[in-house]
Amino acid sequence: MRVLIIEDDREAASYLAKGLVEAGHSVDHAPDGDAGQQLAEAGGYDVLVVDRMLPKRDGLAIIEDLRRRQDRTPVLILSALGQVDDRVKGLRSGGDDYLTKPYAFSELLARVEVLARRNQPSSVETTYRVGDLSLDRLTHTVSRGNQEIPLQPREFRLLEYMMQHAGQVVTRTMLLENVWDYHFDPQTNVIDVHVSRLRAKIDKGFERQLLQTIRGAGYMISDAAE
Amino acid sequence: MTPLNRIGMIRTTAFKLAIVYLLAFTGLTAFLIGYISYNTNALLDRQLDATITAEINSLTEQYRRGGIRQLVSSVELRSRRPGASLYLVNDFSGRSIVGNVAGLLPGSAMDIPDGQPVHVTYYRLDGDQALEYDAIVRIYALPGGFRMLVGRDIAEREEFNRVIRDAAQFSVLVMVALGLATWIFVSRAVLKRVENVAATSRHIMSGDLSRRLEVTGSGDEFDDLANSLNEMLARIEALMIGLKEVSDDIAHDLKTPLNRLRTRLEATLRGPADATVYRDAIAASIGEADQLIQVFDALLRIARMEAGSSGDEMVPLDAAEIVEDLADLYEPVVEDAGGVLRKAVDGPLPIAGNRTLISQALANLIDNAIKYGLPAGEDAPGGEQRPVTIKGLREGDEIRLCVADSGPGIPEADHARALQRFVRLEQSRTLPGSGLGLSLVSAIARLHGGRLVLADAKPGLEVTLILPARANEKKAVEDAHDRGERPAG
Repeated sequence: MRVLIIEDDREAASYLAKGLVEAGHSVDHAPDGDAGQQLAEAGGYDVLVVDRMLPKRDGLAIIEDLRRRQDRTPVLILSALGQVDDRVKGLRSGGDDYLTKPYAFSELLARVEVLARRNQPSSVETTYRVGDLSLDRLTHTVSRGNQEIPLQPREFRLLEYMMQHAGQVVTRTMLLENVWDYHFDPQTNVIDVHVSRLRAKIDKGFERQLLQTIRGAGYMISDAAE
Repeated sequence: MTPLNRIGMIRTTAFKLAIVYLLAFTGLTAFLIGYISYNTNALLDRQLDATITAEINSLTEQYRRGGIRQLVSSVELRSRRPGASLYLVNDFSGRSIVGNVAGLLPGSAMDIPDGQPVHVTYYRLDGDQALEYDAIVRIYALPGGFRMLVGRDIAEREEFNRVIRDAAQFSVLVMVALGLATWIFVSRAVLKRVENVAATSRHIMSGDLSRRLEVTGSGDEFDDLANSLNEMLARIEALMIGLKEVSDDIAHDLKTPLNRLRTRLEATLRGPADATVYRDAIAASIGEADQLIQVFDALLRIARMEAGSSGDEMVPLDAAEIVEDLADLYEPVVEDAGGVLRKAVDGPLPIAGNRTLISQALANLIDNAIKYGLPAGEDAPGGEQRPVTIKGLREGDEIRLCVADSGPGIPEADHARALQRFVRLEQSRTLPGSGLGLSLVSAIARLHGGRLVLADAKPGLEVTLILPARANEKKAVEDAHDRGERPAG
């Protein structure tokens, strides 16, 4: 997919671009607000990664402009401002996700990929399927093979989110934000505990393990044979 | 005195006060003296007039009874009394028949016998001389062509007026003297203290924060002012000391890991160029950097919250929901750590606050409870599961959110210290942590107008986040919080 990075820190941007290219994406870089605005207006990108504080033109202003022109390209905001209020402001201006600097590249990559997928219409399905695991969003039932798996409401939401992004890496922070709506880092790895419980319910006793831990990044649910 | 000094003197409050007092008192005195003088004069005039009228009536009666002869003898008799009135009786040709008045000045009113009071100057026989005096007289025409003058000398009244004038002059002198005294008193006694305050302030501004303003103990406004300012100074000094401590702490708690990071990288660089070694070192360094970022973030958050400028939105919330959600998040974690999460929530618990911050505060408390209350590899006696208790309840106007563990707790004496930044009590030094957890919670509590209280849970530590209950429940509805990111259900 095509990613536009609008970021004035050239070194950070080049690391970012390198990482995204290695992950198989094509990347353009704009070093200031004006250039970013022009490239973004030209269109054709799947995801925009926009730094909040830019020379010449504020990152939020660029996003607001895009949204005024009915451009729904997903935007990930990067910012050194990490207060709750800053995040709310960023999302209100039309951003789709918000990442506070400093961030881990794996976190950014996972979010960019999830954002790009969001633009595709597949997420309105009522039933998610990964291998023989299926989740019915209407009846709130989960089954694997012919066997129904009873889940707690929170476990259901966790699985639902992961299956919605099947084949993509979801990070612990993404899970915490999207399943629990918490925007802070707990000291202990609470998410790992929840995921391992979920894994025990959906993977235990089955030969093919669907829920995989991606080292240094997060988790992924997929049917990819390994 | 140079002109500049003179302007400076005029500008002082003392000078202005003195002038104002002077003008006010002069005005008041002038009014009083004028009023008294005017009324006394009128009274004296009326008395003079009444005396004259009475004399005329009496003499006219004498004349009517005994003719000119009795009038003359009566006048002569009266003239001899001390403090006698003025008398003069003329015949029709204008010759003086009897009287104690030597004569009237030319143009006198003797020709107009209309009985009206007239102001005249006359001569009085005093030994050989005829002295000039002022008098109020009435001239009365008697039957038979005689004219009778009766009057009173007004020297008394004049004397009174002179006394008043003297009094006025004396008063002005006294006023000026008082004005000067006021000036001296105000500038010396009162403004000197203001200047002292200013001088001390300058000292303090130049860096000596331990200085305090003088309190005389007189209990006046200046002492009040000095006391308030001293309290403010004490607060500022405490803040400054706090800031210094924080910078020392930052130096220690950030520099130590930074140094570790640097040493690790340096050692790796010096060592063999082996990819695996490099990878491990880099991974460890990233971990170290993450830890640093966490400490830094926590510090920034605390600082911003303590400055009261976090900018985070305060919305109506139900703390019971927050506690339930967190209990839901942490229950498996506590179980994995070998404990059991007990929950006692008596909702609804209306508060005004920020969900993320309060959640973070509670999460920190639960993290602590797990870390210190459920030490790894230590089983509770009797194989029982150690509880971590979360409570949410309302007590009057307060919402109390408690997290209690059943670990070793913190000695009572260390409770206050435990809330300070970077303080890591002896028993916790071996466990990972920034030492900022509780102070972050404490800052969040203060930002919400609440406080953090540590108590002995016997056994264990009970930490209570006390928040003020939200007063009007209506606002909850109107304030539709923008929580669009939260998935439905």
